[in-house]
Amino acid sequence: MFSRREFAHAIAAAGALIGPLSGRGLAQGLSGMTEEALIGGPAGGNVSLIHVTDMHAQLMPVWFREPSINLGVGAAAGQPPHVTGEDFLRLYGIEPRSPMAYALSSADFAALARDYGRMGGMDRIATVVKRLRAERPDAILLDGGDTWQGSLTALRTNGQDMVDAMNLLGVDAMTSHWEFTLGIDRVTEIVDALPFPFLGANIYDAEWDEPAYEPYKLFERGGVQVAVIGQAFPYLPIANPRWMFPNLSFGVREERMAEVVEEVRAEGASVVVLLSHNGFDVDRKLASRVPGIDVILCGHTHDALPEPLMVGDTALIASGSNGKFLSRVDIDADASGVKALRHRLIPIFADVIAPDPEMAALVAGHRAPFAAELSEVLGETEALLYRRGNFNGTFDDLILQALMTERDAEIALSPGFRWGPSLLPGDRITKEDLYNATAMSYPAAYRSEMTGETLHVILEDVADNLFNPDPYYQQGGDMVRVGGMGYRIDVSAPMGSRITDMTHLASGEPIDPARSYTVAGWASVNEGTDGPPIWDVVEAHIRSVGSVTLQENDSVKVTGA
Amino acid sequence: MKTLTRREALAAGAAAAAFAASGLPAFATADAAQEAVMAFTGGVAPGEGGVTLTTPEIAENGGTVPVEVAAEGAAAILVLAAGNPSPGVATFHFGPLGVAMASTRIRLARTQDVIAVAKMSDGSFRQASNTVKVTIGGCGG
Repeated sequence: MFSRREFAHAIAAAGALIGPLSGRGLAQGLSGMTEEALIGGPAGGNVSLIHVTDMHAQLMPVWFREPSINLGVGAAAGQPPHVTGEDFLRLYGIEPRSPMAYALSSADFAALARDYGRMGGMDRIATVVKRLRAERPDAILLDGGDTWQGSLTALRTNGQDMVDAMNLLGVDAMTSHWEFTLGIDRVTEIVDALPFPFLGANIYDAEWDEPAYEPYKLFERGGVQVAVIGQAFPYLPIANPRWMFPNLSFGVREERMAEVVEEVRAEGASVVVLLSHNGFDVDRKLASRVPGIDVILCGHTHDALPEPLMVGDTALIASGSNGKFLSRVDIDADASGVKALRHRLIPIFADVIAPDPEMAALVAGHRAPFAAELSEVLGETEALLYRRGNFNGTFDDLILQALMTERDAEIALSPGFRWGPSLLPGDRITKEDLYNATAMSYPAAYRSEMTGETLHVILEDVADNLFNPDPYYQQGGDMVRVGGMGYRIDVSAPMGSRITDMTHLASGEPIDPARSYTVAGWASVNEGTDGPPIWDVVEAHIRSVGSVTLQENDSVKVTGA
Repeated sequence: MKTLTRREALAAGAAAAAFAASGLPAFATADAAQEAVMAFTGGVAPGEGGVTLTTPEIAENGGTVPVEVAAEGAAAILVLAAGNPSPGVATFHFGPLGVAMASTRIRLARTQDVIAVAKMSDGSFRQASNTVKVTIGGCGG
């Protein structure tokens, strides 16, 4: 295990290294940091895993601000990943304002971003993967899903840009979530051509209640059998449109997982890895109830943790999102099982890690047909635009304003998605930036009438998806963003009584349960929703305001945390 | 978010109003469920353990929720949906040579407990209960 002290030491050493500035416009704060220092020492043990997850089709380096509010409830209250800001830095012994503080937390984000530059980029990730495989050619590269959705090019190519990039990267197995929002026909077309298995032990045929995808894959590595079990997002037909994959059923299916673990152990697996899209708190509970899993590579909730969180003998590893990080896990195992495990969360500092030319060429090839669109400037932002946070994010504030203005609505609703990179104050907003926050396959911006009572039911329902004390009832997104209406939420109250003091902001009046309000929103899971795509709505708004300014959003009052 | 058509919004609003009026939203007919259990057991409070009840934590479709029950050595198993307007779902009877296991699909009007009560061959009763959440969904991500 990479201890807290070792981790802090490695980062300090990386910061202290002195070297010449490269010619690639190295971000000032990173001078002296090297690829070698980021990647770490030689591979230990005899089995290596490489984990990427929740890339959301981000082929290019991005700004991505981590959340400042990420509340845990029940047993997870105050536990990682529900620790943010300075508390997070203290917990893991990370120097404030250091490169890793910038990468992993939200404090001083805009200022530190200028010092340390963008993160991620598929060509940089490819460089790291190649370096790791130079040391250990048979390292197992695992993709936790949410890979094929989230950008203009992924939208236009139905995920083909990401499929081609991941194939070149050399993925050995993947699991899934947003992949299914391409529709089952397209998923089947891609999966049939993938050179690696698309795993999902919890994906069932809804009619016959039989497994629909391969549950696991066995790899012989370093003289032992390594089982990789896949677990897709359990609540796909609820959180995303069921009509897009009508014959599939998901769910946590804890008993099924226990059976599969027993099965792979019986087949001789010495190392059992769960490649999971459950979400961190679901994985924490699963690890406490299903014996025999050595490593859970967590996904879905977009958490990045610099060291594993141990639940009994199971190491939970959270590798972030949007291409910001990659985890390497070196394991020493023999026939009797795992002897030692060392994890390193590698931050993909785009100005330190050299682009891999082969991957850079593939990415450029996929972007070329859309070059004019991608670079089209719609306006600029004076505000830091970001999405992560339990209750609101400034990019969502912008989307809500656009919905209310362009769709002439009293109240706007925007889903609590966790994908979508950030923009810094002074940045131009390009069409690429807008699509990074909105690109998906059910974008219709509806306009509807809802009573105050209905709005309350919706808020309570979503709040329970986030704050139910039993993780198996959580869906892993954030609270629905609300424009034009404020409310108070007691996150520790039971469902039905968390949301109070709903207020119509324009009039200052309490929301009347019986009155009908005009509501605009997007990303409805209902088939046949009418309305223009959300990116057209937001583009029109940005063009009309020219420069985006936002007031501080204090319309949600939080208690019980 | 789910888009609510006017009709659906009215329906949801009506359901919410019914919620509020009952004062016990998740278990509006808990008494009826309790009565059904007592009728099945002849007034004996069932013990815990020995019954495996498998349900999804969150229903993908409240209209058809898969439920599986198993209890080794059971002669009969009663399945109830405690929050439905009428809680009775099914009673399965098993012969002495069969495996006491059954699966079915049930409709759940809203978030509620599904209860399984097994009558064991020695005449004792065992119970298991799971909460199944019925949600409007659409906000995960």
